[in-house]
Amino acid sequence: MDWLTTVDHKKIGILYLIAGGLFFLVGGLEAILIRIQLIKPMNDFVGADTFNQLITMHGTTMIFLAAMPMLFALMNAVIPLQIGARDVAFPFLNSLGFWTFFAGGVLLNISWFAGDIPDAGWTSYVPLAGPMYAGGHGVDFYLMGLQIAGIGTLIGGINFMATIINMRAPGMSFMRMPMFTWTIFITSALIVFAFPVLTVGLVALTFDRLFQANFFETGNGGNTVLWEHIFWVFGHPEVYILILPAFGVISEVISTFSRKRLFGYSSMVFATVLIAFLGFMVWAHHMFTTGLGPVANGLFSIATMLIAVPTGVKIFNWLFTLWGGSISFTSASLFAIGFIPTFVMGGVTGVMLAVAPADFQYHDTYFVVAHFHYVIVGGLIFGIFSGLHYWWPKMFGRVLNEKLGKATFWTFFIGFHLTFFIQHFLGLIGMPRRVWTYLPGQDFDTMNAVSTVGAFLMGIGTIIFVINVIVSAANKSPVADDPWEDGRSLEWSIPSPPPEYNFKQTPLVRSYDAWWNEKQKGNAEMPPAEPVGPIHMPSPSILPLIMSIGLFVAALGFMYDHLVVAIAGLVVTFGSMFCRSVFDDHGFHIEPEEQEKGVHA
Amino acid sequence: MSAHDHHLDGHLPHEPEKATLEGRNKILGFWLFLGAETVLFGTLFAAFIALRHQTLDGPTADHLFELPMVFAATMILLVSSLASVFAVQALHQHKVKAMIVWLIITILLGLSFLGLEIYEFNTYVSEGHKLTTSAFSSSFYTLVGFHGAHVAFGVLWIGLLIAQIFKKGLTVVTAPKIYVSAIYWHFIDVVWVFIFTVVYLMGKVG
Repeated sequence: MDWLTTVDHKKIGILYLIAGGLFFLVGGLEAILIRIQLIKPMNDFVGADTFNQLITMHGTTMIFLAAMPMLFALMNAVIPLQIGARDVAFPFLNSLGFWTFFAGGVLLNISWFAGDIPDAGWTSYVPLAGPMYAGGHGVDFYLMGLQIAGIGTLIGGINFMATIINMRAPGMSFMRMPMFTWTIFITSALIVFAFPVLTVGLVALTFDRLFQANFFETGNGGNTVLWEHIFWVFGHPEVYILILPAFGVISEVISTFSRKRLFGYSSMVFATVLIAFLGFMVWAHHMFTTGLGPVANGLFSIATMLIAVPTGVKIFNWLFTLWGGSISFTSASLFAIGFIPTFVMGGVTGVMLAVAPADFQYHDTYFVVAHFHYVIVGGLIFGIFSGLHYWWPKMFGRVLNEKLGKATFWTFFIGFHLTFFIQHFLGLIGMPRRVWTYLPGQDFDTMNAVSTVGAFLMGIGTIIFVINVIVSAANKSPVADDPWEDGRSLEWSIPSPPPEYNFKQTPLVRSYDAWWNEKQKGNAEMPPAEPVGPIHMPSPSILPLIMSIGLFVAALGFMYDHLVVAIAGLVVTFGSMFCRSVFDDHGFHIEPEEQEKGVHA
Repeated sequence: MSAHDHHLDGHLPHEPEKATLEGRNKILGFWLFLGAETVLFGTLFAAFIALRHQTLDGPTADHLFELPMVFAATMILLVSSLASVFAVQALHQHKVKAMIVWLIITILLGLSFLGLEIYEFNTYVSEGHKLTTSAFSSSFYTLVGFHGAHVAFGVLWIGLLIAQIFKKGLTVVTAPKIYVSAIYWHFIDVVWVFIFTVVYLMGKVG
């Protein structure tokens, strides 16, 4: 019950991790099924329809319900601690954001039980996703599920931007913020400016499907390329929303385990901002073959290649941080070091795809599949694994087992390259993506079999990680505040796990790498910026959960044309908003005596 | 720093909406939310501009729009924005009664704008301009309707705030709410200026 009403950002982080982790397993299972189907030519393990549903749900689940929530888990667990804050700016909204994401995710996945599964691809291109070719309610689940989950994401973005701007500890200037905080700040800005575009796209397609509007109905003057523009104006920044936090994690982990200050900190900050800006400018490189014309293709081609410059700055800064450092190869640092060459390969194929004339050749082949899995799995998922191993003691007060962690790394790392490296060549010799089977004798057979074996290895790596989590939960030995002994930022200056108020006294930040610096000066704790006093805390609330359930019910009502159900759901949601507005939440105070007893989260 | 330390001691600071960290967070968060709203309307405008000539056999913009009525609606909304400016001024001077009066004037003007819009949509439908008629009609009703829904939400919201002021008075908790609702009201006013230009004026002159 405590977990349903919590507004503590550390607990919400754990909720995000559990929910995102479950969806990661679901999406992984879908991937395994896809690879089993493709293990040999003319396979009939799943039918063509099921295959379409699997690839659609795999992509949608992994991007929106696994990767983003796991990033939100790390954000929630770490950001307020890194900036020396007692809480996020909007604890109530933080909880609401989690529950709307969860409601949206559940809504998408009950499509498997409703028998109407989205099958138009994660990009949901029209007219394939329009009422003409996608009858039934499959695509409606996609539209409604993402719409509700998107509310949660937008709330999270606003919340973390406001938190980082307004709630930094005294002395924590922008250019003293840890790199992870910087990347989350920029990511949050991308969320705020990209997600509303998706909202409009989803609304337009929903109107087309449910109310016979004509945004994308070419027969009535609609325009299908409009969907592509809207989707990718959102979709391209989305890949930077995913990758920038991974860059932040890698920066923290590499600097900690090299025992060195991050090389070129200010150029890292500048590179992050530049990548985010360029990320917004290049959406049409997803549409080179749509017929935009040579001028547009040329401009978007060059703009896309420009992104390689700040990304290269980052790569070299990581290498120079490692250079001459005394590196300890923990599981976290293995994932971070494995990330570097893997992500470089994904970046290089990205530049290849950015060459518009060459793209006509690679377009819709397995080369593209290999490219985006290299950046998203090899970049983001490696980053998440690295961050989880790194911050696990801070989140749960237990260290993950190093032997199992290394086993996770090696099986996942080898499995990953086995699966996707070979897909570049499958693409180059002409295997199209999104096909559910292929004929024998086209040189596709062996490479597909190898790819499937790799997928199983990744599955095994994930299972080892789950075992590691269970083993560490059973291991009761307490963890030091700074278990790696080389912690550099503020989160390592307080107990693991932190008390619910984070900092008994707001710390005074005197330099970049604040905690490392105090340790160098021989100090055992951060200098306080305020005297000990009562700490104001927000009260827990059940309303976020109720509001999300209301939206969930309303979505089902709209989809199945039960107006009464839809209105009832909306009444529940708006009624909860009304209650929230009318009854003030004054919260409560934790007095100094109680702080001594150590109230733990 | 907490909320109720302030409102018990009786005297409010000059800008009560910025007196607490909660209040400052609320204002900053709301500006960020308006950033998101700007993108939302920007996308709706983009879709409308892409589709505004796709009228097929349905009525065209030139045939439908009556500029005098839309101009009246524009004036009503602009004046309501002015009223909410006066409400915030009264807030800064702690004149609670004047503030409530200006807020009531704001929502009355908002309601008359909504009345005109409903009348307008009704006329269009009777002329065969429905959501399903053409791509132009779909994007028109979605863009202008989204704005209308924002006005309706604003009217309900400010109404609720007036009730709260009656119940709790002007405090460091209620002041930020009034303040952000005024920002919101200006925002939907600015959006309307763009709608008036892009949808109605450009619809009339081609």
